[in-house]
Order: sequence, then structure tokens, then C-alpha cells
Amino acid sequence: MKTDRLGHWLAILIGMLYFLVPLAATFEFSLRKLRGVYSFEAYRIVLADPQFQSSFTFSIGLAVVTIVFGMAIIVPMAYFVELRLRKLRPFIEFVTLLPLVVPAIVIVFGYLRLYNSSSVLPLTNSSLGTNFLLTCGYVTLALPYMYRSIETGLRSIDVRTLTEAAESLGASSATIIWRVILPNIRSAMLSGAFLTFAIVIGEFTFASLLNRPAFGPYLQLIGANRAYEPAALAVMAFMITWACMGIIQVISRNAVAARH
Amino acid sequence: MSFIEISHLKKSFGPNTVVHDFSLSIDKGEFVSFLGPSGCGKTTILRMIAGFESATSGSISVGGAEMTHLPPAKRNVGMVFQAYALFPNLTVAGNIGFGLKIAGKERGEIDARVAEMLELIKLPDLGGRYPYQLSGGQQQRVALARALAIKPQVLLLDEPLSALDAKIRVSLREEIRSLQRELGITTVFVTHDQEEALSISDRIVVMNEGRADQVGTPSAIYNNPATRFVASFVGTLNLFEARVVDPASGRVSIDGQPVMTARDISAFGIADEATVALRPEALTLGNGDDDRNTLAGTVEEVSFLGAVIRVRVRLREARVSLDIFNDPALVLPKIGMPAVVSFKKDDLLIIDGR
Ligand SMILES: Nc1ncnc2c1ncn2[C@@H]1O[C@H](COP(=O)(O)OP(=O)(O)OP(=O)(O)O)[C@@H](O)[C@H]1O
Ligand SMILES: [Mg+2]
Repeated sequence: MKTDRLGHWLAILIGMLYFLVPLAATFEFSLRKLRGVYSFEAYRIVLADPQFQSSFTFSIGLAVVTIVFGMAIIVPMAYFVELRLRKLRPFIEFVTLLPLVVPAIVIVFGYLRLYNSSSVLPLTNSSLGTNFLLTCGYVTLALPYMYRSIETGLRSIDVRTLTEAAESLGASSATIIWRVILPNIRSAMLSGAFLTFAIVIGEFTFASLLNRPAFGPYLQLIGANRAYEPAALAVMAFMITWACMGIIQVISRNAVAARH
Repeated sequence: MSFIEISHLKKSFGPNTVVHDFSLSIDKGEFVSFLGPSGCGKTTILRMIAGFESATSGSISVGGAEMTHLPPAKRNVGMVFQAYALFPNLTVAGNIGFGLKIAGKERGEIDARVAEMLELIKLPDLGGRYPYQLSGGQQQRVALARALAIKPQVLLLDEPLSALDAKIRVSLREEIRSLQRELGITTVFVTHDQEEALSISDRIVVMNEGRADQVGTPSAIYNNPATRFVASFVGTLNLFEARVVDPASGRVSIDGQPVMTARDISAFGIADEATVALRPEALTLGNGDDDRNTLAGTVEEVSFLGAVIRVRVRLREARVSLDIFNDPALVLPKIGMPAVVSFKKDDLLIIDGR
């Protein structure tokens, strides 16, 4: 019994060490910009860097567009699958997992082949076109996470009966999605949105190969040229991700509380 | 022409036909129940009236207008579901006003109608609550108000009481019925509970495997069941294969014992088999008056059911169950005792009438 419990604690300890030691070391290292004293100098430099500001803003904008665009595609699809094509669910689930299997680099080379400047649809000719392409890529990358959270949300309500109740009260499909479905899967959509946000903010492959001034490539650039600043950036990236996760937790807990 | 005309309705899911050639006319303001065992197609017919399922063939019209292929949103039919199906994100008032809001009604008009509906379902102060803050019975009343708020032509209810406990079930069904009378709204009510159907309907449609076995008032269904299925599904019943002795005078023999029926059996021939039935409450222990029929046997079982005591008597071949009212002064018959049961000539039902 006693040794049993000891084993449990040991397992937890090993797990914690595996994650926390590198993080603590990174944090400690990021504070050593000034010789002999701990300081937030590296953070100050990074935050004051205009390139940091512009790339970070760019990526936030991209994340927001990706979320809106992705939701607009995925919510109606997931809704109609749940409503009328439940048999298709395993197939759809399989398709939405593909982006986890197909490497991002393959997708991006595919894009470049299809939409380069000498193709029928030369999206890469303008920065707007390229940004659009990048957004499409991010929607694909975020698909597994967005779809799963939305589907969980849809399963937690009785989609069919609610739809029928609204229909018999005179509502059209668009009205039903807007007034009945969306408000009831809001928390699921929010958690999908924050996951997507975290993915887009840190993404490197797409942004770099499409040559967009995003946060991922900036991170890489700093990493190659500076010593302490990358550590500071890494810690900040962690903070952002954790903040997202924390928000997801709070939202889903509130959602559960509201139901009971 | 009646208000709702359902004619030759048929529904198949793939190779399975679950509704066969179903026809029914319902008058304006009538309360009709569909009664039948699980899987007999009650819900499917109701959903075809609401427009959630499309008919394979046949037609449905309401108020003279053909509706068979209209989408549900255009039918102006109010629907109440077993699982309440209130919108969880809206308050009670929001739920009740939903249909009016969709229809683009003015705010003031919606508020007035919602208040009126809340009054009607006797929950005037709960407009601001959310569905999860209500009991099942309250939720179902809100669902009813939501369906009625849009002033539908027809009200459809699919086992609206099955998720509630017994007491609320009885009080809410009475409430539904009195509301329905007050508003004069044509109503179709689906249930598999015979007591429910008998207590609140103007007419009952007894369904069996996708067909209407019998359509009639509660008393006609109960007292003159047209088929063996109706007889055994509605109420408890003793069924016998009797032999016709004299069609003219109504003499038959049950279990080899001669009895008389007051019902017309002139269509039978001598020595024909006829299915006959006796309700347990029509039987009494003992000989009774001279003009009563009697059957002799021995007591086989006595079970105490509360208000009544059910006694099973074994005749020569057949068995017969009878109910006697509980009375503390009563001396219960003993198992194995010889017994005589008696019944009036009127109470012998002929099931397969010719
Ligand atoms: N969408 C469907 N696809 C295939 N078969 C169906 C479908 N809906 C209903 N059925 C079948 O049709 C038959 C009638 O179903 P229905 O729901 O109308 O029965 P019911 O009388 O309402 O029963 P219950 O009392 O259990 O609600 C059943 O055998 C059912 O399996
Ligand atoms: Mg049903």
C-alpha cells in the first residue's frame, strides 16, 4: 500500500521534472541578458523590437481570420452531418484527421505548384492572395481541433429535436444555425478557437515558405541570431499558450455549471 | 369535409413499410389520440403531419389546403416533443416568444402574447428562468406554450407525458385537455398508455403494425373492441374461443358451459367458432340474479392489487380473471375452493363480428 503510493508520487515527479526543468532553465537563462544580475532586459528588447510588434500583430490578425473562416466552413458542415448524415460521421472524422498525417510542407508545396505566378489562379502574385492562401492552409491545420471541439458541442445538445422544434415554429435553416445552434455550442466553439489561435501564432512552415512576415518565422530568425532573446520569446509563447488553455478550462467549466 | 384529411398515407423506410394505407378524418377542435404499442408507427404518422418525414404515398390536407409536400416551417403546426426540446440558451419567455420573433412580430406584441401564454400555463412568474431551472412538468408546460404561441392550426403531441412521474402525468394531461377545450384547437396526441388515451380523447385511433385497427370514442373502443388486438391492448380482458349454439337466440358455449349473449350473433352459423371476451370488472363471484350467465370452476389464484382484488378462476379448460373491489370486511376466496362466476348477457363481447 505504502510503496504503491510512493510509486504514484514518483511517476508524477518524473513527469513534472521532464516538463518543468527545461522550462525553468529556459526562464532562468532568459533573465541573464545583463552580466551578473537577473533582469528582464531580454524581454524589454524583444517587446521594443518593431519587427516583433509587426509580426505578432500580423499573426494575431491571421489567427482571427482563420478562426472566423474555419468556423464558417466547419459549423454548418458538422451541423448537417449531425442532423442528416450520421452514417458519414466516421468518414468525416477520418478526413478531418488527415492534416495531422500529411506534413504541412507537403501541403504548402502543393499550394505553390497550384497557385504559383504562372498558374491559372496566381494567388502568390499579390500579398493579399498569399495571405489568403496562408489562411486556407491554417484552416486545414486547425481542422482536426476545430472539428472535434464543435462536434463535441453538437453532441452535447439534442441537435435533431431542437432543429425540429425550431422548424415547426417557422425557422429556416440559416435562422436555426444562427439562433439555436450557435448560442448552444458557444463554449465548444471558443475552445476550438483558442486552440486554433495557439496553433496559428506559433506556426513556422507555411508562413516561412510562403514568405509572410508572421510570428513563427520571426521567432526562428531571432533564434538564429541572438542568445537570450529567443529564450525570452519561448517563455512568452508558453505564457500565451497557457493563457489560452486556462481560458478554455474556465469556459468549459462554466458551460458545465450552466447546464446543471 | 373534415379539418384534417389523411388519406391512404403510406411510409416506407427502405424495404420496411411502417405505415400502411392509413386514412383518417379529424374535425375542427377535435382531440384525437393515437394509441398503440411501441413501433406501431404512431410517431411516424405524427411526423408526417408535422412535415418532418415525407410520405411515401398518400396525402394530408389541413383546412382544405394540401400539405403533403410542404416543409415543416410552412405548415403552421405546433409540436410538443417527449424530450421537451426547449432551447437551452433562451429563457422561458424567449422560448415562448421564439416563433413570434421568427415571424417578425413587434416587440410589444410578442411580450403581450408571452404574458398571456404564461398565464395560460399557470407559470406567470417564471418568464425569466432558464429551462434547466425548471422541473420536467414545468418544462413541458413551457413547451406547450411555445407551440401554442404561434396560434397553430393543429397541435401535435408525441408522448408528451412519458418522461414525467405518475402524479404529474395525470394532472398535466387534464391541464392539456382543458387548455385544448378552451382554445378549441384541433389536437393529435400520441401515447402508448391506454388509460391516458381513454381519459382525455374525443376519439382514439388504436394502431397495430402501421394500420388503424379501430377508430372510435373511448367508450366504443373499450366496450366494443372491433378486433382481438384492440380488445387485448385496451384494458385487461378474458378472451375465449366460444362455439355458437343458437345464433337466433344468442346462445353460445364457453368452455363447454352454456351462456347467453345480448349481442347480435345472427351472422354466425350453428357450431361456428366465435372469439368472445369478458372484462374482469364485469364478472362477480357467485350466482347473482337469475338472468345472469354463470361459469363454474375452482379458484386458482388471488392477488391483491390495492383498490381491487384480482381472482383467477380455472374453468374446465380456460381460465377467467375477475376483479372485486377491496373491502376490509371481505372474506377472500380460498385457493382450490370451487367457485361460480357470473356476468350480465350484455357484458359478453363478440370480438370477430361478422
Ligand atoms: N428514420 C427511420 N429509419 C428507419 N426506420 C424507422 C425510422 N423511424 C422509424 N422507423 C421504424 O418505423 C417503425 C415505427 O416507428 P415509430 O417511431 O413511428 O413507432 P411508435 O409507434 O412511435 O413507437 P414508440 O411508442 O416506441 O414511440 C419502427 O419499427 C421503427 O423502427
Ligand atoms: Mg413514438
